[in-house]
Amino acid sequence: MIAPSLIGHSLSPVTAHVEPGRLRYFRETLGETNPVYGDVKAAQAAGYAATPVPPTYLFCLEMMDAEQAFEFITVIGVDIGRLLHGEQRFTYRAPVVVGDTLKFQPRIVSVADKKGGAMTLVGIETKVTNQNGTHVADVSRTVVVLNPKTA
Amino acid sequence: MSKPVKTQPAIGDRIVHKVFPPISRHTLVLYCGASGDHNPIHVDLDFAKAAGYPDVFTHGMLVMGYLGQALTDAVPPPRLRMFSTRFVAITQLGARLTCEGHVSELVEHDGERCAKLALTTKDENGDLKLAGEAVIAL
Repeated sequence: MIAPSLIGHSLSPVTAHVEPGRLRYFRETLGETNPVYGDVKAAQAAGYAATPVPPTYLFCLEMMDAEQAFEFITVIGVDIGRLLHGEQRFTYRAPVVVGDTLKFQPRIVSVADKKGGAMTLVGIETKVTNQNGTHVADVSRTVVVLNPKTA
Repeated sequence: MSKPVKTQPAIGDRIVHKVFPPISRHTLVLYCGASGDHNPIHVDLDFAKAAGYPDVFTHGMLVMGYLGQALTDAVPPPRLRMFSTRFVAITQLGARLTCEGHVSELVEHDGERCAKLALTTKDENGDLKLAGEAVIAL
């Protein structure tokens, strides 16, 4: 049972750097060859100051640079093997490019039992701002916790 | 790469379509490092079995990464306003994924003319893995 009192709980903020080397590793892993992500000239032609991040990369940056990548698991008190990813959303407000330093501010926004308590859905929303204080994105996810069967 | 999206798309137009190579254990290991998602359930068979799964399985965010790639092959990234998905089913090892997107609605979004896209990712059997949505500026 995950306490509904956790709704509104802020998780530790994360500061993350958009580094070209690990971003290249991400692109290579996904077979991403779109020049807008890998070639500064193509990025500039598309209106960016430098190469931008692919659409899901903000999710990765938050985990990579967190002191504890799975802090929320400790906070909600469940085993990592019981988690599934339910939903994910990115709202893009301003460009994020190589060289940026981002601040992620996650908080728990919902806790809801489903299927007679067989699972609990936990919603986490994260505001993302850059080094200039510009609000660049909102990232939200719903995590599914598979609850152990009660005798 | 798909052809660039028209500025006057019609509802029902398929503007996103891409097929990806089969997902291997190697891809899952690389993605574990590349994404910072070190959940052992995706790379450690012993852990996955102990958690009740027959094998390791794909990170949902790897599959969403492929869907995002298919999306920005067709839509220039500066036009992307929102991208979301529901993870409908676990994606197994070896899955050959096809990502598609159709125009579902033409809308005003913060004073901008936009199209909503209905997105899907299916495996080689046609089983739905991701059901998503994107909002793109026109």
